[in-house]
Amino acid sequence: MFKLFEPNKIFSITSKAPKYVLFLFVIVLSVGLTEALILSPEDYKQGHSVRIMYVHVPAAWIALGIFSAVTLLSILGYITKFKNFFLIAKSLAPSGFVFNIVALVTGSIWGKPTWGTWWAWDARITSMLILALFYGMYLISWRIYEDKEKVFQVSTIITILGIINVPITKYSVDWWNTLHQPASINIFTKSSIHSSMLFPLLIMTAAFALFSLLIFLMKYNTELIKIKNKGLDRL
Amino acid sequence: MINEILIMNGYGLYVWSSFLFTFLSFLSLYLIIKTQYIKEKNKFIAKFGNLNSERAASARLQNINKEILSNSTNI
Repeated sequence: MFKLFEPNKIFSITSKAPKYVLFLFVIVLSVGLTEALILSPEDYKQGHSVRIMYVHVPAAWIALGIFSAVTLLSILGYITKFKNFFLIAKSLAPSGFVFNIVALVTGSIWGKPTWGTWWAWDARITSMLILALFYGMYLISWRIYEDKEKVFQVSTIITILGIINVPITKYSVDWWNTLHQPASINIFTKSSIHSSMLFPLLIMTAAFALFSLLIFLMKYNTELIKIKNKGLDRL
Repeated sequence: MINEILIMNGYGLYVWSSFLFTFLSFLSLYLIIKTQYIKEKNKFIAKFGNLNSERAASARLQNINKEILSNSTNI
């Protein structure tokens, strides 16, 4: 089954896909921005500041999702010794890190008009900051270790330690009395968000997911060419 | 209408700075990754050009090398 994921086989797809993904991203983003900044209503309590939600929430969701995927791929790579899993994980991490930073900064900007402060050592905010540190450690581990086996081992350990923080981030608003509001969207129970706000939120989430796919494809292609460059040196 | 969108009852500065920060981060990441991609690709093309005909023919047998060389203009 792993043969389907052989770099030689998938490069022909991944090298052509970015331009289509970029085109789709621009279309979905244009619809999302029109909805988020113009068409969606203001909140009865928070006024127009609620519009920050349309960048803050998708960024946080995707940052958490990508870290979970990176962990899963690293563990699979470690168990199966199939190196392409590590390559996919490494290519996913930069966009996850940027989404994490976006979630922290936009959350801080949203905090000022709603809570009256830029920062609070609240469970949700602190756990997102810890996640950014794990992303940072993961990315640095790929830069500092030359030996491939060592980097596979260290990066997997970092993700395993970091994944403990993901459910803490998700449920922090339920487990502790936090300044951060509880989740408004639930998959299994009725969401407390109105459809006029849910629709733009989902569109912006789709746009952000397309952007992370675009960055992943570009980074993955770069990593494959790097490997091929080393291969040419050996010829 | 335009003023309402820009000022947003006093929340405009917070909303616009959040969106601006988000898209500047996206643009920076895109440009960094694209620069890395172009750098690696140019390195590959230069190395490929330096191979002698026998080695170049052997390297050309690999599909991925053909893909890299054929798809060299855009991403």
